[in-house]
Amino acid sequence: MLKQINITLNGVERSVEIDERESLLEVLRDKLYMTSVKHGCGVGECGACAVLIDGVAIDSCIYLATWADGKEIRTVEGFEQDGELNAMQEAFVEEGAVQCGFCIPGFLVSATELKETNKSYTRDEVRKALSGHLCRCTGYQKIVEATEKGLEKE
Amino acid sequence: MFDISNYREALSVKDAMTYLKEDPSSMVIAGGTDVLIKVREGKLAGSSLVGIHKIDDLKGICKDANGDIHIGSLVCFTQLEEDEIIKENVDYLGKAGGTMGGPQLRNIATIGGNVCNGVTSADSGSMLVCLNANLKLSSIDGERIMPISDFYMGPGKVDLRAGELLTDIIIMKEDYEGFTGKYIKFSQRRAMDIATIGCSVMLKQKGGVITDFRLGYGVAAPTPVRCPVAEAFAVGKKATEENAKAIGEKALEDVMPRDSWRGSKAFRQQLIKELARKAIEELAGLRGGQDA
Repeated sequence: MLKQINITLNGVERSVEIDERESLLEVLRDKLYMTSVKHGCGVGECGACAVLIDGVAIDSCIYLATWADGKEIRTVEGFEQDGELNAMQEAFVEEGAVQCGFCIPGFLVSATELKETNKSYTRDEVRKALSGHLCRCTGYQKIVEATEKGLEKE
Repeated sequence: MFDISNYREALSVKDAMTYLKEDPSSMVIAGGTDVLIKVREGKLAGSSLVGIHKIDDLKGICKDANGDIHIGSLVCFTQLEEDEIIKENVDYLGKAGGTMGGPQLRNIATIGGNVCNGVTSADSGSMLVCLNANLKLSSIDGERIMPISDFYMGPGKVDLRAGELLTDIIIMKEDYEGFTGKYIKFSQRRAMDIATIGCSVMLKQKGGVITDFRLGYGVAAPTPVRCPVAEAFAVGKKATEENAKAIGEKALEDVMPRDSWRGSKAFRQQLIKELARKAIEELAGLRGGQDA
């Protein structure tokens, strides 16, 4: 069930041979080495594998790689520009939002998606936007505060 | 890698119907948030799948000349919640969908999948049952339209025949016009959880009297259900706190909740009464507070 797909990965056009039975998570990690994308629960409950597909956050563990054909995929590897972290990455560092760090790439994906809408959000809305991610270390407070700070940047 | 025996990508409704006809054992996969989980768990391991993910014709929401609302089966919950036609006419359906899972799931999980998965806890289920939604089921041999309440046959069982594809969910004008509605989901967490009880209420009132009333539940029976006894009881009653309470109690005659690890039967009965009361009080303007 092999197939060639073409994607734009972090701004670069890539052609990759996949098996139609593979998840996008497997292809990103094992074939394209985007290891910021974490394999957490594998069933769409923890959000550690979230990536931006055409600008929208999706859990890549339950997304067939074949569906990504022709789409623009962004992972945390592509967030920094010219050696500069994006606003959300900076805010997460400044606020100390990271403990073990396993869940953080997923949170950054959703936080960056939020930032790119250029809208303002209430705390409740921020919490709702991040509610598809589980963190077992932080208790979420610092992550929410960092996201709010990131939204205010620039 | 998922344990899938065959995968065919349909790029049009006709493709999908053809592939389903050619392999009657095959199953439809839309957003994949239920199907891929079941493949992973083993329940659907080895399935032959027809992917409909890329069929743009099924991703629209429109209102026809009669005022009936058509929701394509591939509309995802984020789209449903943000759509202007939905917001203007049946915002409570969009909001019900907005309680499902978390944002990443709502970005891909579809309303058609939620219905065809056939579970009683589906967050769009009880509201669609209240809206008397009709489902258009298309196959290469023709199409049929059936009420959603007939479509639900049992836990995880729906009247989707081999070769059929759910293409359209239709809400008639008379089923939404003039109604206010509210869905309250009770769950252990506010996100990424399945309802312990989901309660859908639709109400019309005139001069402080309830003139039309619909009540539906998820997880109160093997499928999403309406409450004919409570509904008949409610119509003609004054919209008061006492009556809201009485209607909630009456609903117990319509439902058959059971014990599960998520909640006991007794707890569910309590929720069934209370959630209806809360929703009615809010819709009738009897309380100012904000609810879940």
